[in-house]
This record gives sequence, C-alpha cells and structure tokens, in this order.
Amino acid sequence: MSNKESLFSAKNRQLLLGPLSKENPVIVQVLGICSALAVTAKLEPAIVMALSVTAVTAFSNVIMSLLRNTVPTRIRIIVQLVVVATLVIIVDQILKAFAYDVSKQLSVFVGLIITNCIIMGRIEAFALANKPWASLLDGIGNGFGYGLILIIVAAVRELLGSGTLLGFHVVPQAFYNFGYVNNGLMILPPMALIIVGVIIWIHRSKNKDLIENN
Amino acid sequence: MNRQGNLYTFIYSIVLVVLVAALLSIIAMWLQPTQNENIENEKRQKILSSINISSTREESKALFEKYIINQFVVNSKGDTIKDENAFTLDLAVEAQKPCEEKLMPVFVANIDGAVKYILPVYGKGLWGPIWGYISMNEDKNSIYGAVFDHKGETPGLGAEIATPAFSNQFDGKTVFENGEMVAIEVEKGHGHTGTHEVDGISGGTITSKGVENMLKTYLNCYESFLKK
Repeated sequence: MSNKESLFSAKNRQLLLGPLSKENPVIVQVLGICSALAVTAKLEPAIVMALSVTAVTAFSNVIMSLLRNTVPTRIRIIVQLVVVATLVIIVDQILKAFAYDVSKQLSVFVGLIITNCIIMGRIEAFALANKPWASLLDGIGNGFGYGLILIIVAAVRELLGSGTLLGFHVVPQAFYNFGYVNNGLMILPPMALIIVGVIIWIHRSKNKDLIENN
Repeated sequence: MNRQGNLYTFIYSIVLVVLVAALLSIIAMWLQPTQNENIENEKRQKILSSINISSTREESKALFEKYIINQFVVNSKGDTIKDENAFTLDLAVEAQKPCEEKLMPVFVANIDGAVKYILPVYGKGLWGPIWGYISMNEDKNSIYGAVFDHKGETPGLGAEIATPAFSNQFDGKTVFENGEMVAIEVEKGHGHTGTHEVDGISGGTITSKGVENMLKTYLNCYESFLKK
C-alpha cells in the first residue's frame, strides 16, 4: 500500500462485502457446512456461533498476516493450527464463563471451529499473501458471510420447527387453534441441508454468472 | 539468519509454543472462578428443582442458602463422615466404589417447616454418565421429587429422562415395601401406576434401565441412612 490506499477503498470494501454474496464461503464455496447443519436448530446458538467464527477468522487472519514473513515454510500449517487452536480455546473459555447456557448448547462445536475449512482456507488463500488490514477485512467479511447463512437457516428452522424466534413465540396461538402444527422435521439436521440447498438455488438464479457453463 | 534453516525452525516453534502456553494459562486462570461458579450454580439449580423449586442460575445461590439447612456425607452404615464436603464430593469417583466404601452426600432441605432429604444418585446410561437428585419426605420412604440429567443420551429418546414428564412420575412413589428396600422399577410401556414403578421411555430402554439400576444401587447403599 505504498500509494497510500484509503482504509475503505473500493478494493477493501470488496474484501468485506464480497463474501456476503458472490464469494460467500457457505453457499458459493460450500465450506463450513458441518456446523451450518449442527447449530442451526435455534437462532441464539447460531448467532453466537457466527460471532465466534467471525472473531476467530478475523484474529487468525490478522495474526497470520503479521507473522507471514517470519513463518518457516515447512511448519507453516502447524503454526496456523497453533494460532487457530489458541483463538478457539480462548473463545470457548470466554463462552463458558459468560454465556454458559449457550456454550452447553454449542458443546463440541466450539472446539470444532478449529476444523472449519473457512478459517484455514482464508489464512492460506489470503492472509499469508496480504497485509494485516486487508486480512482483517477479509476475515470479518468471511465470518459474516458464514454467519449470514447460519442465521437465515436458523431463523427458518426455529420459526417453522418451534414457532419461536430467539425463544419468543411469534406464531400466534390462534394458528394452533386452527390446527397449525410445528414441523418437527425442521429440528432435524437434514432440513438444514435442504434449506442451504434452497438458498443456493435462489442465490444462483439471481446471480447467473455463478452458474457453471457445462 | 536463514529463515528456512533447521535452527530457525526449532527456535521459532519453541518460542511460539511457549508464548501460546503462557497466554492460555493466564486466560484459564483469569476465567476459572467465573466458570466454576456457573457449574456450581447449575448444580444448586438441579438440587433445588428436586424439591420442586425452580430458579434461574443467578438466584440459585440465594435460594440454595435459604432452603438447604444442612448438608453432610454418610457411608453405607448411615454414619456421618466428618471433614467431607457434601457439595464438592466427586460422585463420579464415589460411584466406582463398592457400597461399603462409598461416600454419599445428603442435603437436608426445609420447605416451610417440612424436612426433605435430598439424595444425589449417579450411574450410567447408554452413552455416558447419568445422574440425578431424589428428594425424600421426612418418613424417608416416599419420594417428594426427582430430577435427572445426563451427559450425552440420545436426544428425543434417552435424553427424555431430563424432562419433567419423566421425573414427575416419581413424586409420591415409595422405596420400601414392609421394611425391605425395593427401590423404583422403570418398566416398559405405559400405565405403571404401582407405588414402586414408573413408565420407562419408548426407544430409550437402555437409558431407562440405567436409571433403574442407578436408583437400585444407590438406594441400597443409602438404606441404612434411610432406616435411621
């Protein structure tokens, strides 16, 4: 950035906003699907998961970007794992102390953030070749892109599966009196996959350039 | 210095690991008191809900101090063991021991003048440990309330033991028949209304049997205390 590029230049804005749609890690790159299936039965854990993953991608991107010129190539992946694992443990410890109920719901999935392909993918593909600020934006952007899909899926599943949003009843009692029933299938993991599929379908039909030619 | 050389790589990894270890230790030490308090308050919540008092985690400490008037540890002969803390006693360790060596906590609650004895129980379900708290009336025979929890039983099947629909069945059941300890049978199917039996969970047979065995084991060990 020798020519004094502004902090939010068009290129940097693209880093932040691109992953929300056309470079979305979940629905375009199809990464991080496991946790999208597992933690989206309710909205609250999905939001916490989204924030946790965003924090980890953002910080791990910045740290690896700062270290990028010092890391010996042969142990590059190990160093990345150490950094990511450390951040995940910190997130896990903080959740256990300050959001105990949510941490119980997320249980092993916080630990499994380490294995979320988005994080290692962004470090390898971006942070090791770019400056810290750009890496930070890229990390936040990808975290939000992941979180956006998680929250959409969780909102649909909680609304149709339990009739609530964030634990509050939003489907009026009158509906139930007329014979409306919560769809128990929505609570089960396969429906998350189907909803992600539907989102990908809608997204591609709006963005024709994403459709492969063959 | 050659960035790709062996020496650099060694030094780099050692420095990195030491720094990370130090950072994590500091954070763990800083957050541990808050985390432990969460775990203890959750335990207080469970104990309180066995005497049918629901509480949030924040208020559980105050309510616990209000209702629980005494807590002590007994052995299988029913004698009180001094110098043991009933609240912090590790049930997972005690559950492995035979009855004669087992130490068992007892919490005594006072609800508007009525004395209840709360007995923790610990056993195994299908996938991992299950545990619970049984509260007995002053006669030390009829059950006042029960609550169960589990580490990782199958959601929708074995995990149903943690629901009130299952645990409320225990209210009013008795564990002695003519002075003999019979504990509580967890039977398959519906409609078990006898004084020593409750309905098991369809599809959760192994967990249901786990609850039954846990109660049998523990109540037999508590027998001397209950007869005192």
